[in-house]
Amino acid sequence: MTDPGAPLLSVDHLTVQFRVGRGTVQAVSDVSFDVRRGETLGLVGESGCGKSTTGRTVVRVQRPTRGSIRFDGHDITAMRDRELRPVRRRMQMIFQDPISSLNPRRRVSEIVAEPLTIDRTGTPAERAERARHMLSSVGIDPDQAGDRRPQEFSGGQCQRISIARALMSDPDLLICDEPVSALDVSVQAQILNLLAELRAQRDLTMLFIAHDLAVVKNVSDRVAVMYLGKIVEIAPSDELYRAPGHHYTAALMAAIPEPDPGAPRGQTLGGELPSPLDPPSGCRFRTRCPAATERCAVEEPPLVEIAPGHRVACHFPLAGRTATP
Amino acid sequence: MSPRRHTVDAFPDADELSDPLLQVTDLTTAFRTPRGTVRAVDGVSLSVRRGTTVGVVGESGSGKTVLSRSIMGLLPPHGVERSGTVTFAGRDLTAMSAKELRSVWGLQIAMIFQDPMTALNPVKRVGAQITESLRLHLGMDRGEARQTAAALLESVGIPSPEKRLRAYPSQLSGGMRQRVMIAIALACGPRLVLADEPTTGLDVTIQAQILDLLGQLQDERHMTMILVTHDLGVVATRADEIVVMYAGKVVERAPTATLFADPKMPYTRALMDSIPRLADPSGTRLATIAGRPPELIDPPAGCRFAPRCPWAQDRCRTSEPPLRTAGSEAHTFACWYPLTNGRPSVPVTHDGVAP
Repeated sequence: MTDPGAPLLSVDHLTVQFRVGRGTVQAVSDVSFDVRRGETLGLVGESGCGKSTTGRTVVRVQRPTRGSIRFDGHDITAMRDRELRPVRRRMQMIFQDPISSLNPRRRVSEIVAEPLTIDRTGTPAERAERARHMLSSVGIDPDQAGDRRPQEFSGGQCQRISIARALMSDPDLLICDEPVSALDVSVQAQILNLLAELRAQRDLTMLFIAHDLAVVKNVSDRVAVMYLGKIVEIAPSDELYRAPGHHYTAALMAAIPEPDPGAPRGQTLGGELPSPLDPPSGCRFRTRCPAATERCAVEEPPLVEIAPGHRVACHFPLAGRTATP
Repeated sequence: MSPRRHTVDAFPDADELSDPLLQVTDLTTAFRTPRGTVRAVDGVSLSVRRGTTVGVVGESGSGKTVLSRSIMGLLPPHGVERSGTVTFAGRDLTAMSAKELRSVWGLQIAMIFQDPMTALNPVKRVGAQITESLRLHLGMDRGEARQTAAALLESVGIPSPEKRLRAYPSQLSGGMRQRVMIAIALACGPRLVLADEPTTGLDVTIQAQILDLLGQLQDERHMTMILVTHDLGVVATRADEIVVMYAGKVVERAPTATLFADPKMPYTRALMDSIPRLADPSGTRLATIAGRPPELIDPPAGCRFAPRCPWAQDRCRTSEPPLRTAGSEAHTFACWYPLTNGRPSVPVTHDGVAP
């Protein structure tokens, strides 16, 4: 029996390494977080910060190097494919590029019914009926769309079809990897609202991965900020916005183009993510941090709780919050 | 002889310096397709004053990319009809031959494309792609071109430029590739830069860097810029004036502050409202625009936005609203029932929320 109060997903000291030539890259470095039932956790950071690798490792598309992943009370870190199969039905993923993640040679009705076809759930007629129902619930007219192929649809419609397919096996956990970053802002708003509705209707738990903090904040209850493979800050969404503790979080907020001509233009974060092959010593953000001192180069800051549920990895967190008790 | 002087000498202004650098008048671009004629740009007029930035904003399919390509004259040779005039520094570009246009492209007007991975040649080193136009247009020798290319890379914020000149595009990050694109566009000192979604697909941090860089280079080089985007947030603090396009037409244009303070066209307001704002509490439902832009083969009669507009009346569905001025000549819009300070003057006629 599983404890209903326990988190649905627990990631503990997760490290993922890739071999590159003669060296190794730590794409994810000692990352821990929980996602409670019904909660949406946002993972935000720049390209290369390890947020997508974290998502892929959670569904075990990618093998973890160290650490553990527990899903609904079961340790799935080392499960074999056959054991994983029933678990994977309960965790589904949607991706950034909705058009290329759908098979161009299949009809939309087949694409959406496929998860059931693979599992041989019900009769073909039952599967088709469920696919029709699911398409309607994501705002696609099954009569008009069912016989057409993905390339006849816009990016936003393809993302709706991807969502329909992901929900066919009635998953508990939905992992969304940059689901709206390829879409126009007007379509982005439609997809974000759709995800919020489906989440409420189906009691979904979500891991929402994106680079735009305004988008992540809109859909998430809590947000974890990643930088070069590490979580540097984690807090409830509104708290994170009100009182960011990490300088990197503040920089991510300043970079968002606010639709307000009077908005003060924040200090732009200089440089790019350093090579993960050779991450900076101490605090990995220090090479781009306006507040870095010598201490940051030698001593790696641990994640410290600065307020209930708000943890920051910084020796000199931003004003308003102090790391020392 | 400096490159700058060379280009101006080759293309003297045929107008007054107080005139707009670019004047587009009643530009229409139609593509013939098997299903019918698509008027992607339909009677667009706009002007861009010297040294300013005009933001062109609209959804996918609004015609904003075809507009920038039509201004440049970069259209397929067959199956396209273009009418109207594009006057640049007093000369009509639409009347020029391909040969004459080649003295305009790169030298006078340059374009920055959305996707640097496909716009750059993947099998040519970055250096060769920058020096190509320097040698062709400005007649530089190999050594001079190479030095200038390194200086250009440095000016767009690329560290160790000498080393980067030898790199292939695939060896650079997305942000670096976009900087290379900008360096290529600026190589010959163009007076007008058309940036078509220059930051779409980049991280927000890199987007801010690229937009800052464009603004800084514009100041240094007194360039004029057209910034095409789907995101009003991108142009809010960077454009002097904004042109909103919908279904191939300009539906509103105004100085940036005026547009945000007092949008007249419901579509403009809807674009603003669909952007998630950091200051809004988590879980805030976003305003959306119901439905999708119309098919341009058979656009709706009347106002093209009427089928999606929450305040559309009968008149909107039958009769097309002309562009008219709101208070000043600088602010024009096309709507029968304009908003006042963002608020409608008529009751909601249908629920404007998409399924």
